[in-house]
Amino acid sequence: MNLLLKLLPLALFVALAGFLAKGLTLDPAELPSPLIDKPAPAFSVARLPRTPEHSGAQDFNSNELAGQVWVLNVWASWCGPCVQEHPYLVRLAQQRSVPLVGLNYKDQPADAQQWLARLGDPFTHLLDDRRGDVGLDWGVYGVPETFVIDHEGRVRYKHVGPVDEAALLEKLIPIIDELQNEAG
Amino acid sequence: MRLTLLLLIALLFQTVTLVQSANSADEIVSFDDPVQREMYYALLKEYRCLKCQNQNLSDSNASLAGDLRREIRDQILAGKNQTDIDDYLVARYGEFVLYRPRFGGKTAVLWIAPFALLVLALGAMVMIIRRHRRPQSDDTPGGEPVAAVQHIDERLEKARRLLKD
Amino acid sequence: MIPELGQFALILALCTAVVLAVVPLAGTITGHTGWMAMARPAAGAQAFFVSLAYACLTWSFVTHDFSVLYVANTSNTSLPLIYRLSGVWGGHEGSILFWCFISALWTAAVAVFSRSLPQVLLARVLSVLGFVSIGFLLFVLWTSNPFERLFPVPIDGASLNPLLQDPGMAIHPPMLYLGYVGFSVAFAFAVAALIGGQLDSATLRWMRPWTNIAWMFLTVGISLGSWWAYNELGWGGWWFWDPVENASFMPWLVGTALIHSLAASEKRGVFKAWTVLLAVLAFSLSLLGTFLVRSGVLTSVHSFAADPTRGLYILLFLGVVVGGSLLLYAVRAHKLTSTASFELVSRESALLLNNILLVVASAAVLLGTLYPLFVDALGYGKMSVGEQYFNAVFVPLMLPILLIVGLGAMLNWKRDKLSGRAVPLAVLGVASIVLAALLATQLLSFKMSAVASLSLAIWVTASTVYGIVHRLRNKRKRLSAVLHTPAAFWGMSIAHVGLAVFTVGVALTSIYTEEQTVRMELNDDHSVGGYTFTFTHLDEVRGANFDAIEARFAVSRGNAELGDISAQKRFYDVRQDTMTEAGIDAGLTRDLFIALGEPLDGGSAWSVRIQTKPFIRWIWLGTLFMAAGGLLAALDRRYRKVGVPSTTSDRTARPAVRSDKNGQGSSASIPVTTRVSVPGGQTGL
Repeated sequence: MNLLLKLLPLALFVALAGFLAKGLTLDPAELPSPLIDKPAPAFSVARLPRTPEHSGAQDFNSNELAGQVWVLNVWASWCGPCVQEHPYLVRLAQQRSVPLVGLNYKDQPADAQQWLARLGDPFTHLLDDRRGDVGLDWGVYGVPETFVIDHEGRVRYKHVGPVDEAALLEKLIPIIDELQNEAG
Repeated sequence: MRLTLLLLIALLFQTVTLVQSANSADEIVSFDDPVQREMYYALLKEYRCLKCQNQNLSDSNASLAGDLRREIRDQILAGKNQTDIDDYLVARYGEFVLYRPRFGGKTAVLWIAPFALLVLALGAMVMIIRRHRRPQSDDTPGGEPVAAVQHIDERLEKARRLLKD
Repeated sequence: MIPELGQFALILALCTAVVLAVVPLAGTITGHTGWMAMARPAAGAQAFFVSLAYACLTWSFVTHDFSVLYVANTSNTSLPLIYRLSGVWGGHEGSILFWCFISALWTAAVAVFSRSLPQVLLARVLSVLGFVSIGFLLFVLWTSNPFERLFPVPIDGASLNPLLQDPGMAIHPPMLYLGYVGFSVAFAFAVAALIGGQLDSATLRWMRPWTNIAWMFLTVGISLGSWWAYNELGWGGWWFWDPVENASFMPWLVGTALIHSLAASEKRGVFKAWTVLLAVLAFSLSLLGTFLVRSGVLTSVHSFAADPTRGLYILLFLGVVVGGSLLLYAVRAHKLTSTASFELVSRESALLLNNILLVVASAAVLLGTLYPLFVDALGYGKMSVGEQYFNAVFVPLMLPILLIVGLGAMLNWKRDKLSGRAVPLAVLGVASIVLAALLATQLLSFKMSAVASLSLAIWVTASTVYGIVHRLRNKRKRLSAVLHTPAAFWGMSIAHVGLAVFTVGVALTSIYTEEQTVRMELNDDHSVGGYTFTFTHLDEVRGANFDAIEARFAVSRGNAELGDISAQKRFYDVRQDTMTEAGIDAGLTRDLFIALGEPLDGGSAWSVRIQTKPFIRWIWLGTLFMAAGGLLAALDRRYRKVGVPSTTSDRTARPAVRSDKNGQGSSASIPVTTRVSVPGGQTGL
């Protein structure tokens, strides 16, 4: 009995070391979205005109995309990694027929327009979230972030940070394919 | 001098990457009701800035923190209580945003263990003190017969007295 | 050339560390005195080589040698000399080398100041210290080499993080490391005791000043960290229960338990197994702290750049050192039984309770710090544990300690009665509460929480003073009695009063701080906490390596003008960091704290965060007293007269004779390897 008690500190330490070892494989900064498998937050927001001349379009409402699989990409012209990820979004738009909604987050329309003119515009819908209210509802905490929503309006996947080749080919495209199959 | 000051401020804008013009006054909150003001400042310490390396909303300069502060202010003014605001933030950001873990299945151990440990330790202490009290019987749990110890004590006392003389 | 010399010196240091770890220990097994005698010279050689390596790195910093990668990452031509010297430990690689340096110095110190220790014991102790050294030297050479070169050589370096360019921050790591590494000495003795199967009072008496000094350094280190955070980070707080802060606090809590347990073990021969376990735990927590800070396992503002490879190494090292010593404990601790007895009302019981509370508190901090990791590792997602949890759990554990601190210090060893002192103590207790209520109402305002905390603080002080008075009561010549009272007693009293002062600071600041964030334009004024702040000037200033916008505020209270406070927003040249330099008007009874937020409306106004913080300086004043008390206790004359060196075999049966003042009987350690001590004849302390 006494030996068992004396072994207790060692036993506790071994357990602790096990957790610490597992901890080395985890990333404490990575935050999973609480929205996964939950209904996507509905929203209505002004569109961002693609050129200064094209203003006056009707507000966008998220229920326009009901029944479809779609992708929401949160981006801004002041965001460095967005420049790196943008070519992959362009490729996504080319390779798959899926509505790509670009949520311009806390940005200036003029800057956003110039940015898109320079780097290309893959977005089916371009939205102006100037105060970040939509982003707040979606739990956006950094830019860029990308969500995939299924045909029943549930968020099924979130990618935090820039989309790169691996993310595009191994995650985004397969998930989109799978969800579109589900939709029938 | 004025020009350099403006240049420095411009530099500040650049390094902090804030969009100020839309939100300039929103950052600074003023509550008429002191109870609401107290609640606001208290709540800012309850929530985590998600972009930062461990800071609460009260201390963080991040723009997201500013947005969240604004949102909390609006909710307080709309009469929401802390539970409502907790739920609002958790629905969007997960339990991670709460610095005070909510009591539940996952956190029961966290909240209970220290006090359970204290009770156990106090119990152990009682046992240890019991073991160390000079017993009246001949068998001492320490392994040394009481008589032998007393014998040595006596001899030491004698030696001491001898040394003193 | 010099960096290569430094690297070579490190390799040589590692070789001597291997010799130090293996040869003397082998000597204790084979009985070869020549091998055991290698311990001292090996320790000296190790210290020499590590110092040489450290000097080489320092040289590279001072001479702006940017061909060294670490110097290029951490220094700059515009960096003032003092921060080039402190920059050596400003980044990961250098700080590990610094750890090696401190460790080698402590090891050498043990080798030098140990004439009276038996050779076998010393050989074991130095071997253990050698093992620890090997671990860190290998870590440096294998994963964190500060002497790596960089080609092509940059023209200038990346410079030191501006947050580290502060005197408090500069000296904070050395103090911390002196503490952490200092606990390795107690650890080495504990392991040596377990190996040898005995821990006698002479050894314990030798250990006490070393552990006290290590504890003192750790106290100063943590205090400096808190001081720096308050002065430099611009948020007005002094403790956040951040994982890195907790990593330093846990060894401190266990270290405090250790120094108290050492007292009981040395004086009365009790709790030896506990003392050994506490020594192992204190150092283990120091190592755990190193792991947490460098592995990236937890998120913190303070952590070094995370690297899981380094984390893995430290974890393996932890496994060997901590796992090995805890296994040794499980198997050998039964040999360290104590035979002395004590009653329920005795100093031993009070110390036991004190230690239990401290260890439980440390366990609670550990649990809170690591809980998010546990939850994530089990797949339950991410969560946070913030100051709300720690305050809720830690404060209730500390309150009983405050109650028993003064009381325990005046109880006799072995057996005491409270009946004789019940009345004066009760009077003191009531007086504490009354005085607390009066002070709170007069100085600030009546709040129950403040009265409760103040009562405890006054109680600690009053009971400590009562203990002093009680001890000197029958002395005819007071002055001579004071001078003859051991330093350790005064040290203890000062440290306990320090705890009271600290409590006052923490309680009053937490309860009575007032803060507001307001929008201010030039000539605006605002009132917070009874003071009025008027925004009078906005200028740009130039510092040593930064530009700044400076806002000046005139402060008044009622009709009295109290001077100016300046707050800055700094832009450092090289790293392009922005820093908030808060304006602080310091006072013994309150601080006024102003931090600039962001410019508003294109710069015509600023968001300003104003705080009044009553009695916040008492926090660091209290820790200063505690450290001073620890140092004074360590310098007690009695520790230096440990005894006559043994010329015959180690197993001489000469019991230690000490009687305490009230004739409570003597303590004899059996089996015996003791020295005859030169008794001071006072109540054992």
